[in-house]
Amino acid sequence: MGLLAYGDTGWGDELFFATLMTIAVALAAIFIGFFLAAIFASFKLSKNKILNLIGSFYTTVFRGVPELLVIYLFFFGGSGAVMYVAKIFGYDGYIEVNAFLTGAFSIGIISGAYSTEVFRGAVQSIDKGQFEASEVLGFKKKIYYYKIIIPQMLRLALPNISNVWQITLKDTSLISVTGLVEIMRQSYIAAGYTRDPLFFYSFAAVLYLFLTFLSMKMFNRLEKNYSKGY
Amino acid sequence: MDLDFMLEHLPRLLKATKLTIQLTLSSLFFGIFVGVFFAILRTSGNKILYYISYYYSYILRGTPLLVQIFIIYFGLGQVEWIRESFLWVVLKEPYSCAIIAFTLNTGAYSSEIFRSAFETVNKGIVEAAEGLGLNKLNTFFKIKLPIAIRQSLPAYGNEMILMLKGTSLASTVTLLDLTGVAKHIISTTFRPVEVFIVAGSIYLLMTFIIHNFIKFLEKRYNYN
Repeated sequence: MGLLAYGDTGWGDELFFATLMTIAVALAAIFIGFFLAAIFASFKLSKNKILNLIGSFYTTVFRGVPELLVIYLFFFGGSGAVMYVAKIFGYDGYIEVNAFLTGAFSIGIISGAYSTEVFRGAVQSIDKGQFEASEVLGFKKKIYYYKIIIPQMLRLALPNISNVWQITLKDTSLISVTGLVEIMRQSYIAAGYTRDPLFFYSFAAVLYLFLTFLSMKMFNRLEKNYSKGY
Repeated sequence: MDLDFMLEHLPRLLKATKLTIQLTLSSLFFGIFVGVFFAILRTSGNKILYYISYYYSYILRGTPLLVQIFIIYFGLGQVEWIRESFLWVVLKEPYSCAIIAFTLNTGAYSSEIFRSAFETVNKGIVEAAEGLGLNKLNTFFKIKLPIAIRQSLPAYGNEMILMLKGTSLASTVTLLDLTGVAKHIISTTFRPVEVFIVAGSIYLLMTFIIHNFIKFLEKRYNYN
């Protein structure tokens, strides 16, 4: 247990902060994902064929290609892309994209592809009468979407959002290949330093189990809260 | 985008695809046995067996695949008695470690799929089979299993695609599968976009094949 001591003698504090980092990346990723999902789900639901195609292309590619490959694309391609844009604006130097942003964006784009399907399914499962009634009552499209459709949609989507969150949380472990010090990377460092990989990777597994357990409890409470009848 | 560059590296990536396919198929093959085994434990009615199966799938589905593969490849080699036993022949190879990790992982997910499929088999059908004098073994293999397989096809198709994507983690334990080779090419040529397009297309082609294969099976075993 000395290995987990807090402070200079053990790895307790390092692993604690690494766990916070995992949570931070996962949260950033899922919100980037929600943002993308709101856009691409509306593409998929629109009547415009080209937008439909763009939406399907996004979800097909990022759900069909391994997460690790996407991470490598952003890890090696991220700085290049940013420098390319900077060049247009007249900046010629080397820019290194921060590992946190790379990780959050690559996982976020993947998580967004799953969320897109969740949002689309939830909107589609809302009774058509709700749309018709809102129109008949004279609401503008923007208003009835925000006030009537989206609140109902979120309730329906909650169990699936919980699934996407679990996937996203576990996917953050892959960011360790870019050097961002989250649970996996920290365990890797500690395992190499102490030559005790079995202990540290098992402990990492316990940390992930704790996180998934905790989030499951939280989502269950949310679901209970939102499934109250009115 | 450089088409010549992409064509130049295509053969190497295709060659690596062979390992990806091998890993996927063998993990899925062994995973089915693990999955069915734990699904049977789960539906057996025995409390202890139920909890063994429950926690098995809970732990393997609650932790990332990367942790599992690292525990098996880096972790188990540290244990003295494992290194001295016959297990070491298997566990010192990254290839077999990857397959073990993938099998255990997909086994956990498929056990949930099979369990819910078994649970949806209509009780009346089972009672009818017993009523007609079929013994327990025959009822299981001739009645319950075929219906459960049909029920679990759509979800299992998803799991196959997840497993295909999961094999990319083999590259973290030094194996040169499709993702491993893609990473190697990217890090030596610094052309991530081109390599991503080629490797990504190969993965998409494989998911497309799996998707249609499952659709074909679903149509074939549709009993309506």
